[in-house]
Amino acid sequence: MTIETTTAGILALIAVMTVVTIATRFGGVFLMSFVTINPRIESFINTMASSVLIAIIVPMAFSGDAGSVAALLVTAVIMLATRKPLPAIAAGIAAAGLVRFAGFTVL
Amino acid sequence: MNASTYSYQFKPEKVRAEFFRLLPISFFVVAFGAAFGLAAVQKGLEPLQAILMSFTVFAGASQFAAVDMWGSEVSLIPLIAVVFAINSRHLLMGASLYPMLRDMPPGRRYGLLLFLTDANWAVSAQEYQSGKRNLEVILGGGLVLWLAWIFGTWLGVYFGGLLQNPKSLGLDMVLGCFLLSMALGGNKTPRTLVAWTIAAASSLAAWKWLPPNTHVVVGALAGGAIGFFWLEKKPTDTGQAVAEDGGSS
Repeated sequence: MTIETTTAGILALIAVMTVVTIATRFGGVFLMSFVTINPRIESFINTMASSVLIAIIVPMAFSGDAGSVAALLVTAVIMLATRKPLPAIAAGIAAAGLVRFAGFTVL
Repeated sequence: MNASTYSYQFKPEKVRAEFFRLLPISFFVVAFGAAFGLAAVQKGLEPLQAILMSFTVFAGASQFAAVDMWGSEVSLIPLIAVVFAINSRHLLMGASLYPMLRDMPPGRRYGLLLFLTDANWAVSAQEYQSGKRNLEVILGGGLVLWLAWIFGTWLGVYFGGLLQNPKSLGLDMVLGCFLLSMALGGNKTPRTLVAWTIAAASSLAAWKWLPPNTHVVVGALAGGAIGFFWLEKKPTDTGQAVAEDGGSS
């Protein structure tokens, strides 16, 4: 099934995307309202939450260029050393810019 | 008022503080929005349509993927599948906030979730790990991120040529670096480290061998399974402890 990208078609596509995205925003909470929160579920939720971050970042590092890897490495080192997010992020972005400016193309 | 049934004390003044707290990161979101706006008009969307999409969808990665599929016609099922797969991480993110959200009336609960996105969720989830209940950042932070995303899209569709190559400035890594700093700022127990190793390995495996865009959910669920089977006493969780201490000890 396809939708033509006429004005009405595009509005329909945007509406579909909106509904699907809102369903993902609401869905997890809606399903959880049927679950009794016991210590085991609580433990699952907490571990899963920080694992979401790892599962976003690690493939990002592996699929990225040298600049992305440098950004993540520098952010990690500064964050672990100083525990201050903003300097860590700023240094990471600067690292990506520098590495790319220097023209490393490893991947 | 249902103050007795719904115990979360939502502080309006804190919403404003959280708005300004995520303002710096929002400047970078403007740059992403501009990149999206540019991509969208290049793929044939009208400027107002691109802005409308950012306004109602508010999920960057899935919007980029969607306009990538654009042509004279768009296949509906693949579009739905891609948007759902990329945004399915919201399911887990929302679920992880449920212990706080359930202390709030359903109307507010789902109203807040309209603003749920990676950065404000990461702040809230990380603070929850250290015993702080912060849903204000979902609204305040979400609002500034949403406005930045719309404003950026607007810039991109009309002045996209100004931003030739955001990648050369490292701007594509802002969200990655932000999420990483949130992860590393949290509690690191041996259990967390094992869960992260499992999450990293399974997300990589899913990224390599499973259908595209499934890796976040696969990795997160695999990491969560560690928590499910390996319980650990968490004395930091003061808000929950009042209600559930009897059962957990």
